[in-house]
Amino acid sequence: MALLSKKDANLILDPLADNNPITIQVLGICSALAITAELKASIVMALSVIFVLGLGNVVISLMRNIIPSKIRIIVQLVVVAALVIVVDQVLKAFAYQLSKTLAVFVGLIITNCIIMGRFEAFALGNGVKRSFLDGIGNAAGYGIILIIVGFFRELLGSGTLLGIAVLGDPIAKTGLYSFGYENNGFMLLSPMALIVVGLLIWVQRSRNSALIEEN
Amino acid sequence: MLEHVELFFKSIFIDNMVFATFLGMCSYLAVSKKVTTAVGLGAAVIFVLAVTVPLNWLLDQYLLRDGALAWLGPEYADYNLSFLSFILFIATIATMVQLVEIVVEKFSPALYNSLGIFLPLIAVNCAILGGSLFMQAREIPSLGLAFNYGLSSGIGWFLAILAIAAIREKIRYSNVPPPLRGLGITFIITGLMAIGFMSFGGMLTGGDEVPVVPEPTTVQKTEKEELKLDKEQEETVVSFNSITKEKE
Repeated sequence: MALLSKKDANLILDPLADNNPITIQVLGICSALAITAELKASIVMALSVIFVLGLGNVVISLMRNIIPSKIRIIVQLVVVAALVIVVDQVLKAFAYQLSKTLAVFVGLIITNCIIMGRFEAFALGNGVKRSFLDGIGNAAGYGIILIIVGFFRELLGSGTLLGIAVLGDPIAKTGLYSFGYENNGFMLLSPMALIVVGLLIWVQRSRNSALIEEN
Repeated sequence: MLEHVELFFKSIFIDNMVFATFLGMCSYLAVSKKVTTAVGLGAAVIFVLAVTVPLNWLLDQYLLRDGALAWLGPEYADYNLSFLSFILFIATIATMVQLVEIVVEKFSPALYNSLGIFLPLIAVNCAILGGSLFMQAREIPSLGLAFNYGLSSGIGWFLAILAIAAIREKIRYSNVPPPLRGLGITFIITGLMAIGFMSFGGMLTGGDEVPVVPEPTTVQKTEKEELKLDKEQEETVVSFNSITKEKE
């Protein structure tokens, strides 16, 4: 027997491409743009959101039959806030420099629309195992976009990946720099993140014409 | 007085919530198809920010920050409840948004209907929580400045959503390539607007001198952090606006 049925496997695979939270569902944009100047920050942010969304989906799904409908937003906010506080404290304890880079945006995971969106759309109406898979899948879809954007921004903006210089040494002019190549510092600034995501959307929708919006 | 004016213009143009720190992008992208709804949402965001940032400042000052509880008695002066900031801030925001919803429903049912689901969604708008968190991170020193910061951040967000809504209405008749239609072109236009807003960076200094906000790049900053690990106090302000080209 396979580990996951086809329906369950789709819960993870769909958000990776066809139902991607950032480019299709238009959720979770804020942090996707702001912290992707470094690949390491993108990876850590993606892992944090996978943790919060996976565990949060499980908790909400376990409680789904006892949450009164009128206060469900507040309950969701409390669950997310508690999980994010845990993530924040763990980051501060084990990766202090990174927590300073991510700064305010760890806290902003609370208001990350993906999390509240998946709670409302899925966890409140489905069982624990499926909610967990859905959470992991959506957070992975979010994470993939973050990593792609972070990869290009860091590579083109500072010539490094995860802090390791891959294009050569800009000061000693070795590697690619000996041909006159210069880092595009503009890639590290906020507007380029928007444009990179716009180009990603262009590529994705060109390949899958079903996603094109009608005017 | 001058610091009020400086903070006001800085928060609207230089640290613009949408173009510099990308807060509130989800509702920014979703509600900007028509100028009228954009104006309504922008006004609601200004109001909620102007109310919640000072309230959260009071909470932070007298309850959450390191040594804040000293007014209860000297034995409480060691407590640092800042890890509770997230929950308390989001609680005040959710309450205030509920209040705003009740007020808007009473005084302007038309606006209430046109905003629909987006009014309660302001509670989870990153811009609102982001405003309070940035207020905390930048250690805004007084209540008046906190109100100023909330109000001007809201005005900056309002400007951004108004501009993009107006542009989106106009490009409805333009020849945008099909894969870029809707979301893609909005991202690229917002990026171009962000580049335009960067030109305001010289506004407060006259353009010739070193900018007033000389924060180091995040990469350089992490090296400094290794030396300062035992120091809890942050001297430099964490600002994403500060990622500048690495000096060779």
